Amino acid sequence: MKGKTFFLNYAYKIFGLFTIKNNNLSSEDKKSFDSVNSAVLRKNTETIDYKKLVTEISGQDPSICYQCGKCSAGCPVRAYTETPPNRIIRYFQLGLYEKALKSETIWLCTGCMTCSSRCPKNFELSKFMDALREIAVKNNYKPKNTNAIKFHQSFLNQVKKYGRTFEFGMIRDYKLLTGKLFQDIDAAPAMFIKGKISIMPHKISDKDIIQKIFKDSSEQKVKAENISE
Amino acid sequence: MNLGYYPGCSLTGTAKEYDASLREVLSSFGIQFNEINDWSCCGATSAHATNYLLSIALPARNLLLAKHQGMEEIFAPCAACFNRLISSKHELEINKNIKLKVEDLYTDKFDSSPEVINVVQLFLQHIGLKEISTKKKIDLSNLKIACYYGCLLLRPRQILEFDDNEDPQMMEEIITAAGAKAVKWDFKTECCGASHTIANTEIVENLSRKIIENAAVNKADLIVVACPMCHSNLDMRQKNILKHNPGHKEIPVLYLTQLVGLAIGIDYSKLGLNLHFINPLPLLNSKLKKEVGT
Repeated sequence: MKGKTFFLNYAYKIFGLFTIKNNNLSSEDKKSFDSVNSAVLRKNTETIDYKKLVTEISGQDPSICYQCGKCSAGCPVRAYTETPPNRIIRYFQLGLYEKALKSETIWLCTGCMTCSSRCPKNFELSKFMDALREIAVKNNYKPKNTNAIKFHQSFLNQVKKYGRTFEFGMIRDYKLLTGKLFQDIDAAPAMFIKGKISIMPHKISDKDIIQKIFKDSSEQKVKAENISE
Repeated sequence: MNLGYYPGCSLTGTAKEYDASLREVLSSFGIQFNEINDWSCCGATSAHATNYLLSIALPARNLLLAKHQGMEEIFAPCAACFNRLISSKHELEINKNIKLKVEDLYTDKFDSSPEVINVVQLFLQHIGLKEISTKKKIDLSNLKIACYYGCLLLRPRQILEFDDNEDPQMMEEIITAAGAKAVKWDFKTECCGASHTIANTEIVENLSRKIIENAAVNKADLIVVACPMCHSNLDMRQKNILKHNPGHKEIPVLYLTQLVGLAIGIDYSKLGLNLHFINPLPLLNSKLKKEVGT
C-alpha cells in the first residue's frame, strides 16, 4: 500500500505538472500529493492558504480552470518563459504556491488581457496575475530577474511624490536600482529636443491624499502573517 | 453637456502631439470640453500589477474630481488611462468592500460617477462619421492604413463593451470617413509589450517588430494608433528594430487624431507631425500630391 501511494505521488508529480492534465484527483489522492510536495515548499507556506487569499483579491477561484490552455496559446510572452500561464493556475490548484509566486511568468505578463477575453470559463487570468504579483511583492517572493519589479517601483515612486508620472525621475530611479546606466541612452537626446521629456515634474496640488492612498494600500492585508491560521 | 478631459501623464510629455492634435481637431469641430482640474495619475500598469487598492483608488480620485466639477462624461485619449478609469469605476460598482475603503479614504460618497469614453468613442459619439467626411479637405485616398488597436482599448470586453475583441472595426470606420483606405491585417489586437519597454526591451522590440512586419506585409503605408504606449513602442523603438533586422520597411506611426486633423486640413506642425521618431512627412508629401511640410 505504501509502495502504491509512493508510486501514485510520483506519477502525479510528473504527469500533473508536466503534461498539465489530470484534474481528476480524488481529494484523498490530492492530499497525499500535497503533503509530498509541501516538503519542498518553504516552511511557512505550508500553513498559508494562498489560494484563499488570491481568490479574495482577484474575486475568482482558480479551481474553476480546466486547463484547456487557450490562455497560453494566445499569450504574447509565452515564448519568453518556461512556465506557460495556464501552469501557474495549475500550481495554485495543486497548492504549489511558491512555484507560482517565484515564477518569471507572473512578471513577464504584460497585462494585455488576451487570456481573459478568450477564456471559455471567463476566468480573468490577468486579474489573477495582478493578485499574484501583489502577494509576491508583499511577501518578498522574487523571480530571478527583478527588472520588472524595479520598474514598477520607480514608476510608482514618482506618482507617490508628485501625484503624476515624472518620466525623467522614473528613468533615473530605474537606472539607479538596476545599474543599467546606459540603457536607451541613444534615444534620450531626441526626447529632450522634441520636448517629450521634461526635467521638471508636474505636480498636483493635493499631494497629501495621494500619499495617504499609498500608505493605506501598502499596509493592506495580503501579508502572509495576517492570514495564517 | 459638460464634457471632461482627462489627459493623463503621457499626453503632457511623451505623447504631447496626441494632446495637441486632439485639441486642434476638437476645436475645428466645435466640441467644447474642460480639462479635469488637478487631475492625478491613474496608476497605469504599475499600480494594477502590484496593488489592487492602489489601482482602484488612484483613478477614483479623478472620477470624484470630475463629478464635483460637474462633468457627466469624460474622455481619456490614452488607452491605458481609459482602461484604468473604467475598470476602477466598474470595481467600485460591483465590490462593496473596496467601495467602502475608497469612500473612507476620500471621505466622499462614490455614486453617479461620470461615464468614461475613449478617443474612438469620442469621435463616433460627439463628432460623427458624417461630420468628418463632410469636413474633409485633403484627399487621403492614396494612403493605405493599418489601424492598430492594441490591448487596452478593447479588453476586458466584459467591462469596456467597446468594439469586437478579435476584429474591431471602429477605427477603420473613422479613417474611411476621413478619406483614407484601411488595409486588412492580422495584428491589430496583438500586444506591443506595453510597459515592458524599459524592463524587458528585447521582448518589446520583438513583439513590436511582428506588428510592424505584418502591417508592411499587408501593404500599409502608415499605422494609426490611439494609445501613447503603443505609439512609443512602435515609433520610438522602430529605429532599433530596423537596426537589428535589416530589410524591414520603415512605417510611420500616427495618432488617430493626427490623421483626422490631416484630412480636415490642419497644419502639420499644429498636429505635431514633426515630433515622431519615424518622420511621416516624406511619405505624406509623396502620397498626398501636396506639400504637407518638411
